[in-house]
Amino acid sequence: MQQRRLIPFLVFITAVSVLAGLFSYQQVWQSISSFRPWSLGLDLAGGTVLTYEIDLANVAAVDRDSVVNGLRDVLEKRVNLFGVREPRVYTENAGTSRRLVIELAGIRDVNEAIKQIGATPFLDFREVIQSKSTSTVEFVPTALTGRYIKSAQVGRDQTTGVPEIDFTLTSEGGTIFRDITKKNIGKPICIFIDNAPIIPDSFSDSCPNVQTEISGGNARITGRFSLTRAQTIVERFNAGALPAPINLINQQTIDADFGADSLMKALWAGMLGTLIVMAFMVIYYRTLGVFASIALLFYIALTAGVFKIVPITLTLSGIAGFILSIGMAVDANILVFERMKEELKKGLSRQAAVEEGFKRAWTSIRDSNISTMITSAVLYYFTSGFVQGFALALFLGVVVSMFSAITITRTILRVSVSQSN
Amino acid sequence: MLDVINKKYLYLGFSAILVFASWVLMLSLGLRQGIDLTGGTQWQIAFSKSTSTAAINEALVQRTILSVAPKGTEAIVKRSGNSFIIRLPATSEEEHQAYRTALQKLGNLDEQNFSSIGPTIGHELRQKSIWAIILVLFGISLYIAYAFRKVSKPISSWKYGLATLISLFHDVSIPAGMLAFLGWHSGIEIDTNFIVALLVVMGFSVHDTIVVFDRIRENVLLSRGRGLSLHDVIVKSIRETFARSVNTSLTLILVLLALIFFGPPSLFYFVLTILVGTIFGTYSSIFIASPLLYIMGGKKGSG
Repeated sequence: MQQRRLIPFLVFITAVSVLAGLFSYQQVWQSISSFRPWSLGLDLAGGTVLTYEIDLANVAAVDRDSVVNGLRDVLEKRVNLFGVREPRVYTENAGTSRRLVIELAGIRDVNEAIKQIGATPFLDFREVIQSKSTSTVEFVPTALTGRYIKSAQVGRDQTTGVPEIDFTLTSEGGTIFRDITKKNIGKPICIFIDNAPIIPDSFSDSCPNVQTEISGGNARITGRFSLTRAQTIVERFNAGALPAPINLINQQTIDADFGADSLMKALWAGMLGTLIVMAFMVIYYRTLGVFASIALLFYIALTAGVFKIVPITLTLSGIAGFILSIGMAVDANILVFERMKEELKKGLSRQAAVEEGFKRAWTSIRDSNISTMITSAVLYYFTSGFVQGFALALFLGVVVSMFSAITITRTILRVSVSQSN
Repeated sequence: MLDVINKKYLYLGFSAILVFASWVLMLSLGLRQGIDLTGGTQWQIAFSKSTSTAAINEALVQRTILSVAPKGTEAIVKRSGNSFIIRLPATSEEEHQAYRTALQKLGNLDEQNFSSIGPTIGHELRQKSIWAIILVLFGISLYIAYAFRKVSKPISSWKYGLATLISLFHDVSIPAGMLAFLGWHSGIEIDTNFIVALLVVMGFSVHDTIVVFDRIRENVLLSRGRGLSLHDVIVKSIRETFARSVNTSLTLILVLLALIFFGPPSLFYFVLTILVGTIFGTYSSIFIASPLLYIMGGKKGSG
């Protein structure tokens, strides 16, 4: 970098770091804007994580993906009714088994939540009765429920290629369905799941019109479905129809106060650790140590900013990973400074020593950081949930520290050398 | 200045004894595994008024629902004040609520942490942990062998990798042995965090090894044709990098100490494992990895 560009670069990086610091500091940031609050993991915010194993033994292999997605979809709807902040429902594959993980922050009654989540989704067909006097619509349950359905698939109209929904009923179900369709020709029949229309905001998609009496147990719903909409309906259909019970295999509940206490302790320890490291650097390396300490503060501000903007959900172990990375972020500086001392002893000018120091220390710094990246990559791949936060924090910490300890410190040093000349 | 190579068998012997002792501890005492590896329930509760482990035990045993009584005396541990940790076999939500009702009689109950893990998850985590450790161990060693590929004389680069592999094995064996001892002595359990700590130790302790090896690589290239023996080159390299090896570890150790003394108690053993691993990792990069490199490269380079 050319000499005269050094100072503008330094001003720029200082401004970015200060902004990142302000953005990360909740008390200040929240008074300016509510954009992107910190996202805290359940171990810090308090809440419940429930893991369910989906028993797919009685579901044909081809239908499994559809059932799993449908279950996730249906459970997400139930969970949203609990009124907790940002509930998360996601699926996980573990070997051959499929799991559903549900994260509920700040939930009061875990027992009730578990009861509601664990119930099998209930699918039924309902007749639509329009009352003439009050002009309200009433949905009357029929005898046709999910247990009479064998399977459902997305099909395509043979000539137009428009997506449609094909489903097969058991022989008993076929008889019931024949009676219902016979009674309702020209009228809509609604498909309900968990006592709500299968697509809650679309009457026409939830309630197909009966065109003719359907016997034989094979039915087809045609309409103007988009492919994704047709898939959604089939997945929910399958979740309500196919026997895939879920079993709670893992439950973790953390009290909010307990989490907040851990968070405060970790933050204090981190701050203290930072101060001790800075003190050590200043005592041992004098002026150079001051530069390294400034770069370390930039590192903390920038990394915190990156965590928040991505955003990465902060867990206790993630914060621990970040704090550890503070102890490592100055390592690159130590390697460079020691090398500079050697080069100065050899009789190089200060300016040349700075350049040589960075150049010669680079291979060690690169190789060390790559080993840590290997570790975090393995950790990330092999774990889930809380530990993944740690792996991600460690990885990002290494990347940002390469920038702060090398680019930022080098710029400060170059400026200082050129000023003293 | 110390000559690591002259006294190499002293250092190697010392470490060999420690590693051997660690494995004897691990194999004889076994590592006490936490519920996330075996399956089971861990329940941390706090009462509004003071009570005893005996009273809790009685309240729980009185429940007919308690089909399997918690075995061992450490099933209920008093932590601090009125806070307790209770361990049970994997518990369903109905059982959990029944226990809770039973305990309410002893005073107002605050559930700080409840975690119940099925045995399949535990089994799976154990498998994954072993794989993760093996992958990191070999991943790093292979990377080192690759990174040093340009200096195949007098020491071929795979020997740098092998020396790293043995040092890393040393660095993780000792904290694991320590945890085996702590498990036997004070009932400390290893959990997922412990596995993470071991992986982190490997990632960190290789830093110092790289610094020393990097210098050996540089000095080997510089000393060509100057008649310096491998012995001299290694001793010189260690002397030149000693301060920075210690300092880079020291900054990490300072942070770890801050976390140990002021951080959250739940992270104590996690941090302790990393601390012990880091200390032995720094030791091994100077006193184990370099002598090993000398022994392996000895035949060609000692002349």
